[in-house]
Amino acid sequence: MIPLSHYLILSATLFAIGAAGVFLRKNLITILLSVEIMLNAVNLTFVAFGRYAGDLDGQIITFFVMTVAAAEAAVGLALVIALFRHRESLNPDAFTSLKW
Amino acid sequence: MPETVTFYLFAALAVGASLLVIGQRNPMYSVLLLIASFGALSGLYIQLEAPFVAVAQIIIYAGAIMVLFLFVVMLLNAPKEDAAEWDRTHPLRQPGVARWGTLLAALLIVQLAMALMAVGEYNNPVGAQSDPATVNSVADMGRTLFTRHTFAFEATSILILVAMVGAVVLARREGDQ
Repeated sequence: MIPLSHYLILSATLFAIGAAGVFLRKNLITILLSVEIMLNAVNLTFVAFGRYAGDLDGQIITFFVMTVAAAEAAVGLALVIALFRHRESLNPDAFTSLKW
Repeated sequence: MPETVTFYLFAALAVGASLLVIGQRNPMYSVLLLIASFGALSGLYIQLEAPFVAVAQIIIYAGAIMVLFLFVVMLLNAPKEDAAEWDRTHPLRQPGVARWGTLLAALLIVQLAMALMAVGEYNNPVGAQSDPATVNSVADMGRTLFTRHTFAFEATSILILVAMVGAVVLARREGDQ
C-alpha cells in the first residue's frame, strides 16, 4: 500500500515543475501548458486526500477544477491568438505596451 | 506489491513527461508529452479508486483541452523559441545563479519530503482508513453532485457560457461585425 505522503510528494513535484515552466519559458503556449500541469498536481492531491478520508468531495472538486481548466484553456488560447495577430510573436517580452 | 510498482511507474512517467514538457523548444512536442503525463495521472486515479475522475481526465483533458492546444499550435504555425538570445540575456540562465537555484530547489524538495514523511498520520497507507466502495461509486458521486453541490454545478454552466462567448469575442478579427 502506498502511503499518503508519497502522493503528496509527487503532487508537490509536479506543481514545482509547472511553476518552473511558468517562470522559465518564453512561449505563451508553453506557459499555458505549465499552468495545466499545476492544476493537475492539485487535482491529484484532492483525489488522494479524498480516498484517504473515504469522502467523495475530493473527486467532486476535481470535476469542477477540470471544468474551470477547460474554460481557462479556451479563453487563454483565444487571448494567445489575439496577441499573436497583433505582434506576430508568442514571446511575452513582445507585449510591453503597458510597461511604464 | 504490484500496486507499489505501478505507482512508481506512473509517478516516474508523469514527472518525466512534465519535465520534458517544459524542456522542449517546440510547443508541438510539449503538447504531445503533456498528453502522456495526463495518461499517467489517470492511471494513478484508477489506483486511488476514482474511476470517474480517471475517465474524465482522459476524455476532457487529453481529449478536449489538449486537442484545442494542438489546434492553436498548428493554426498559429508558431515559430520555435528564439533560444540563443533568450539564453544569453535571461538572469536565471547565468551559470552561478542557475547552479545555486538548482541546489536550493533540490534542498527545498528534500526538506519538504522529509517534513511530509515526518507527519505520522500521512504515513498511513492511503486506502487503509476507508472501504473502496465509499469512493468508487459513480452513482454516489452523481447523487452528491446534484444534492450538496447543486449550486456550484449550476454556476459552472454559467461559467462555461461566459467562457464560450469570451473566447469567440476575443478570437474574432478586429473590424469583423
